[in-house]
Amino acid sequence: MADLAWPDPKDCSLLGKSIPRLDGPDKSAGRAKYTYDVNRPRMLWAKFKTCPYGRARVKSIDVAPAESMAGVVAVEVLKAATTECTVAFQEVAVVAAESEEIAREAARRIAVEWEPLEHNVVDDDVAMAGTKAKAGKEAVTDGFAKAIEGAAVVSETEVGCSILTHCCLESHGSVVEYAEQDGKPAATAWSSTQAASGVGGEFATALGIDAAQVHVVCQHMGGGFGSKFGADLWGALAARLSKKTGRPVKVMLERDMEIALAGSRPSAFGRMRVGVAEDGAIVAWESQAWGSGGNGGGMGAPSLPYVFGNIPDKKTQTTPIFTNTGGARAWRAPNHPQMCLLTMAALSDAAAELGMDELEFFKKNLGLTARADVYAQELDLAADMIGWKQKWTARGDQKGVVRRGLGLAMHTWGGGPHNSNVQCTLHPDGSVELRCGTQDLGVGARTVIGIVAAETFGLPLEKVTVLIGDNRYPQSDGSGGSTTVGAISTATRHACVQALDKLFEAVAPDLNGPASALVAKDGMVRGKESTAGGLPFADACRRLGAQPVVTLGQTQRGNGMSSSQVGGVQMAEVEVDTETGIVTVKKVVAVQDVGRVIDLLTAESQVRGAMIMGVCAALYEERVMDPVTGTLLNPDLEFYKLAGIADVGELAVHLMQTPEHWSRGVIGIGEPPAISPMAAISNAVANAIGARVKRCPMTPDRVLAALKS
Amino acid sequence: MSRLDEAEEGAGVSRRGFLKGMGATALAAGALAPAAGAASAAAKGAPAATARTPLFGPAPVAVKLQINGKEREVRVEPRVTLLDALRNHLDLTGAKKVCDRATCGACTVLLDGKAVYSCTVLAVEAQGRAIETVEGLAESHGGAAPIQKCFVANDAQQCGFCTPGFVMACESFKRANPGASRQQALDGLGGNLCRCGTYHGVANAVVDALAGKGGS
Repeated sequence: MADLAWPDPKDCSLLGKSIPRLDGPDKSAGRAKYTYDVNRPRMLWAKFKTCPYGRARVKSIDVAPAESMAGVVAVEVLKAATTECTVAFQEVAVVAAESEEIAREAARRIAVEWEPLEHNVVDDDVAMAGTKAKAGKEAVTDGFAKAIEGAAVVSETEVGCSILTHCCLESHGSVVEYAEQDGKPAATAWSSTQAASGVGGEFATALGIDAAQVHVVCQHMGGGFGSKFGADLWGALAARLSKKTGRPVKVMLERDMEIALAGSRPSAFGRMRVGVAEDGAIVAWESQAWGSGGNGGGMGAPSLPYVFGNIPDKKTQTTPIFTNTGGARAWRAPNHPQMCLLTMAALSDAAAELGMDELEFFKKNLGLTARADVYAQELDLAADMIGWKQKWTARGDQKGVVRRGLGLAMHTWGGGPHNSNVQCTLHPDGSVELRCGTQDLGVGARTVIGIVAAETFGLPLEKVTVLIGDNRYPQSDGSGGSTTVGAISTATRHACVQALDKLFEAVAPDLNGPASALVAKDGMVRGKESTAGGLPFADACRRLGAQPVVTLGQTQRGNGMSSSQVGGVQMAEVEVDTETGIVTVKKVVAVQDVGRVIDLLTAESQVRGAMIMGVCAALYEERVMDPVTGTLLNPDLEFYKLAGIADVGELAVHLMQTPEHWSRGVIGIGEPPAISPMAAISNAVANAIGARVKRCPMTPDRVLAALKS
Repeated sequence: MSRLDEAEEGAGVSRRGFLKGMGATALAAGALAPAAGAASAAAKGAPAATARTPLFGPAPVAVKLQINGKEREVRVEPRVTLLDALRNHLDLTGAKKVCDRATCGACTVLLDGKAVYSCTVLAVEAQGRAIETVEGLAESHGGAAPIQKCFVANDAQQCGFCTPGFVMACESFKRANPGASRQQALDGLGGNLCRCGTYHGVANAVVDALAGKGGS
């Protein structure tokens, strides 16, 4: 029997190495086809008329100017007279036309008379939000009052972070082609989705047909980060308009709608007090937090303090604020980066108040976390990587114009696998085909499946064909929460090992041994103990007869295959110009517990990408609303600012890869490294300038304000 | 000649010429669309078309484009951008539409060898000029140019949606600055944005390509 367990790393030729992604050549040559790239014969383009206010009633709507335009094929009113829009850029009407330009112009010509209504877009001030802020219940431990009174030092911190949007470079949308197939109504839906296996039902509902008749395709997708699990109204409209017009319809959001509506990360602000004993032990935590998840209501379920959950005495209270802004969607480690900022900033300030080295302070209090040993090891490694001991100066000690600072933060995440099915087809010519309904968000899902299959069969990667991104392949859950790689890697291994067993049975007589004594390695099938002889893999497969072997594998949990719960540490070094308020990130280091890595190259890419998102959140990006009209002031990439290639500093990554870590199996890596960077950079800036910048992104004006305080 | 003039000459379209062209387009659009009264009124003051600023449209016009060494003809409205002509009319979907207003660089193509944001060049303006797309760059090198091979080797791509634009920006930078340092490359590539955060890989890729890796 072939062994299901992951092979020993020293015996691996692909698993855990740095392997360029399988679809890299197609992506870099422009051959990779995304939903936005799908052009179908006779395809129509759909564009929206949208609401210019945070909240307003449609007094009247006249679509005649659009309908009368040459090239307009269908117009649908989505918000009839007297109905209300509750967020700017909300869809009021949709136009399908022969070309993108005609559709856009026709949508613009739709005449709407508005009655602006009272709205709230204030998410950072409980008093100003008035009745839209709903104070939550206070939770307090019995010993809190005594603990904070008895503390040698009580530090105070006020810090927060703005609402971010997902800003996927491929905007949200779908192309739907409704047509009869074999006498039954059917449809093909190309959709930019994080859930190819599951999203078909939404298109079916919109079309009023069987889900079995909807073929979903997502070969490549241009980013999701948690915002693309559903077909959304936009996919449903592509479907409805296709059915109505009898033609394929493309609905891809324009950038302004994408930023306004298609997902955001809730803001979070907090006032914290931390009580510390003379020796640096944290004894009490108090926090009042507020923030908004937009028109969906609250700010998730914040849990403070973060990571240091075992602080003995606590008093916490949270106030979610309802705003007339686009709703929150899962955003790479939902709530964790915000809670990390509030907690790590408060603890950093406590260390500074006490006059203690931040690193020593955090190490001193690791007993208040769920994994003290993991963090201790990671803190030491990260400190070496950034040169903490050599570079550390106490907060506020620097007096020059340009000041350097160090900061750190810690995080935790689950990352256990979701449910996935992978089908393996082993052909009699020795070629291998893997099918899975998963999708590749940019993580390298194709490559992960390919590496595991090739390693299991002892084949070079090019002998393996990987087919994903299609709901006609075996079901795989939506990609979110760092659940995908653990699922598809173990399901692939499970499928391939079963196929290998059938192969071993077929060739055992030729190799004079029991099937259980065989191994597939270096393109050969041979006895486990022998280093020479055996059968070339293709020759062995010919013994299968004329038909391929087909097996189905499922997610494997535990037993060293996969697990969850990781800890990570990040440290940042910044330079702050105290005259201009400009912060420059010099270096960020990430040390991450990750279980067993499948592809070191793509895993490190993902960690660096997460760190860059953190740099963006710390210094550049935020959604800006107009309190007067309630509309979005920066619905474009010029003023919704992302970091450029020269803005991110040096990014050093260390993934913990020891026998102990390998023994845990595969754990997802998408979310954890996205959590700490904003907090670490905030702490580094505080260390440099001697004051806490109260809000991320730490734009020059906010830095200068902190310096003045 | 001032630096600005130089830049304008280099781009092939002067600011003055572009504004005059816009005026002519607005005039034409206003004439076709009586409902758009504002456009007609604004157009009254527009300069008359001269021999140097030919008037196109507003109906679709035949546009001949030299793309990847071949002449391609499309019938598009004069307001159609080069990016949309490539993507929507010629099915050359390598260049991506992301910001659609010259911020992110995902639509970068080479126009007479120079990187431009094709979302901000009209197709009619690109006539008579050599257009090179990411697909053409690959095809002219048997499937992958050195910079594209360096992108793959350094994993300079995650979701890949910014990649074609970045590839063309890197290629243009490499041609113009063959001896550039890493820092110069970073400074020179500030016109492209990535959301997944692949900058480390892109930087390594362009440095490798500058060093001659990835073949010729």
